[in-house]
Amino acid sequence: MLRYVLRRFLTAIPTLFVIVTISFFLMRVAPGGPFNQEKGLNPVIKANLERVFHLDQPLWKQYLLYLNNLLHGDFGPSYNLPDFTVAELFADGLPISIQLGGSALTLALLLGGLLGIIAALYQNKPADYAVIATATAGSTIPAFVIAPLFQLFFALTLKWVPVGGWGDGALINKVGPVLTLMLPQLAIVARLMRGSMIESLRSHHIRTARALGLSDYSVVVKHALRGALLPIISYAGPAAAGLLTGSIIVESIFSIPGVGRYFVEAALNRDYTLVMGTVVVIALFTIVFNLVVDILYAVVDPRVRYD
Amino acid sequence: MVFQVKFRSWLAGCSLLAMTATGAFAEVVYNRGNSADPESLDPHKTATTYEAHILRDLFMGLMIQDAKAQVQPGAAESYTVSADGKTYSFKLRKGALWSDGAPVTADDFVFSWRRLVDPATASEYAYMLAPVVNAEDITAGKMKPDQLAVKAIDPGTFEVTLKAPTPYFLEMLTHQSTYPVSKASIDKLGADFVKPGNLVSNGAFVLKEFVPNDHIKLAKSDTFYDAANVKIDTVNFIPTEDRSTAMKRFEAGELDSNDDLPTEQLADLKAKFGDQIRIGPYLGAYYYAFKTDKKPWDNVKLRAAISEAIDRDYLAEKVWQNTMIPAYSFVPPGIAGYETRVTDYAGKSQLDREDEARKVLAELGYGPETPLKMEIRFNTSENHKNTAVAIQEQLKPLGIEVSLVNTDTKTHYGLLEQHGDFDIARAGWIADYKDPENFLALCKTGTGNNYALYSNKDYDDLMARAAAAATPEERMKLLSDAEAIGVARDHCVVPLLYYSYHNLVSNKLKGWEDNVMDVHPTRFLSKE
Repeated sequence: MLRYVLRRFLTAIPTLFVIVTISFFLMRVAPGGPFNQEKGLNPVIKANLERVFHLDQPLWKQYLLYLNNLLHGDFGPSYNLPDFTVAELFADGLPISIQLGGSALTLALLLGGLLGIIAALYQNKPADYAVIATATAGSTIPAFVIAPLFQLFFALTLKWVPVGGWGDGALINKVGPVLTLMLPQLAIVARLMRGSMIESLRSHHIRTARALGLSDYSVVVKHALRGALLPIISYAGPAAAGLLTGSIIVESIFSIPGVGRYFVEAALNRDYTLVMGTVVVIALFTIVFNLVVDILYAVVDPRVRYD
Repeated sequence: MVFQVKFRSWLAGCSLLAMTATGAFAEVVYNRGNSADPESLDPHKTATTYEAHILRDLFMGLMIQDAKAQVQPGAAESYTVSADGKTYSFKLRKGALWSDGAPVTADDFVFSWRRLVDPATASEYAYMLAPVVNAEDITAGKMKPDQLAVKAIDPGTFEVTLKAPTPYFLEMLTHQSTYPVSKASIDKLGADFVKPGNLVSNGAFVLKEFVPNDHIKLAKSDTFYDAANVKIDTVNFIPTEDRSTAMKRFEAGELDSNDDLPTEQLADLKAKFGDQIRIGPYLGAYYYAFKTDKKPWDNVKLRAAISEAIDRDYLAEKVWQNTMIPAYSFVPPGIAGYETRVTDYAGKSQLDREDEARKVLAELGYGPETPLKMEIRFNTSENHKNTAVAIQEQLKPLGIEVSLVNTDTKTHYGLLEQHGDFDIARAGWIADYKDPENFLALCKTGTGNNYALYSNKDYDDLMARAAAAATPEERMKLLSDAEAIGVARDHCVVPLLYYSYHNLVSNKLKGWEDNVMDVHPTRFLSKE
């Protein structure tokens, strides 16, 4: 197992390299640059800025310079926020995005899983319909609708929570963003869980378990659930990579200082170093969570072995 | 004795409790919504108006703008100008201190201004010192920063020599890029001098916290010379990029002011917030530029006819909900001593204007059979799109087939800056200081922001003569004549709208004076 994990990490290095290379050159194909703006700069000043950030050098040199810095753990300065390095921006924002995304995913897995199991056990009964209806609604209403409605009702009308802001991480400030992030995930998890649980309950080994006279609890939790978890695990991996790296919609509506905004903002601002930093972080998260999914597969399903 | 001491401390405790209860010690916190985070808190790396609000609270330039944006002595207590108008001698405020307790000296200004023009700093606003002898050559790398014509005569006297008399020089000195930074602090900390806990400043407030995209916390400075009159203890600058959320946060009392509104909701907002909504003219122009070196846009008559046919009242009222003002000149009104020169059709009715435009187009050979094709380019924004669509509709009856091209901001300005191919393109200009030259320079031959590539000798001559004019009156007259030729006659730009500021200001906030520069230093505000 350990050798497998090590091998996977080693193969991740060329993957990352390819991602970094493609993104670096793709970003430069986009017209305009970090210093094009409404208030145009005079050519002398623009040349000074480009020199300071090495943008006056040939592209291949810039690429080698970037790779070299990256190997030394230096993501470079942000062009549009020169008071901060890209690493500092992520050090500030990533823990916040991880907290919100992590809480949302955990809640979605627990609640969604539970709802899915209930729906499966009471298939085609009112409880099932209620879960399916909620899940459909949850996955079709977008975050930019849920979030303002939440603010309007819980912050402005009931005054239970603040409208926005991080508030140094106070629990009350996290309720809205976590709920908004969680709802669509909860809906998906509930539907997945329902489907796989129904399938699992119909399988031969469950019939055998029932025939052996095991209790309902034992059949559902110990035997059926285990098999039903596989689709959830394969969904949760990539979902975690997405959730933990933040969401621009939720972060801007709730004024949360996470990193979700950087992907879009940095690309629009042609903040090359910040874009590259975001790409690397998201790629790392995706690689790690895909690995976690594969390991969990082996844990849950005894037929899977990595030797 | 023991009893006495105990009794005294009991008494002290009681009075402390009473004072806390009545709020005598209550900290006054001002939560100030700011559309975006600053790019940098280093005054020499400033680029946007968002950091201008913050830097104005942290630092103090030689001159400042008061609550009404009038120029007043700041770090300089007084100044004298030589008879030829070229040498300014500033007496620094006695006893003025940095937030670390060290005195603010003329050497700090010498250091700061050299740093501003140094190509290694790569300041976007290095040109604010362009009037100073050698400044432009230093920024271009042709001279050394220590050749800048600034001198510390003694610790309290700072002298600067200009290339030519510059009537708006004092106005420029209110700009954040000319603020001083502490030499001692930069020598010690390098680029990290700007971090919270490190930043040494000379203004009414000091930097406490900076969490990007969350808040910037400033606290009242004990070392500020006028600290006794600063009523606000803490200012939190809160970035409010989502304007709808900003409105809700204001309603919930989480913000005391915000510098922007979702203008599309203006009617509802007015009903809800009443006179807390402040809208008024701002020194900024929203304009279109024809590519004047390309056929058929090199034809002045054609440019004028198209401009004449555009219904600016409709744009201001319907597209912008009266948060913009119809414009017929490039220089917005509101600059003392300057007479704006509007286009000759400014006073005519829209119907007459359309008839006249139709006639000119027919003369030039355009009509239903031979329609004129024109492509409008604009940068991504719902309002820019709606403006372009409205103009497309307005020009359709005249037989002009308008197509629209929308690109993101960087692509848009990248194309304009490289003088790529286009017909007509959207641009905007916000004044850095209150002077018409700020706008009119954009039509001078060879200026970087002259996207139209307009070039006219008479115009350039008038601008040059204005720069060398003997009196401010004469200068304003020459600038005004230049606008009459370049803008009103030749349409080097097609002025569409003047910007207006749109602030949301709580009734609890006192001392907020509306002004054309939209400048509101926190030190002049108080909160109930």
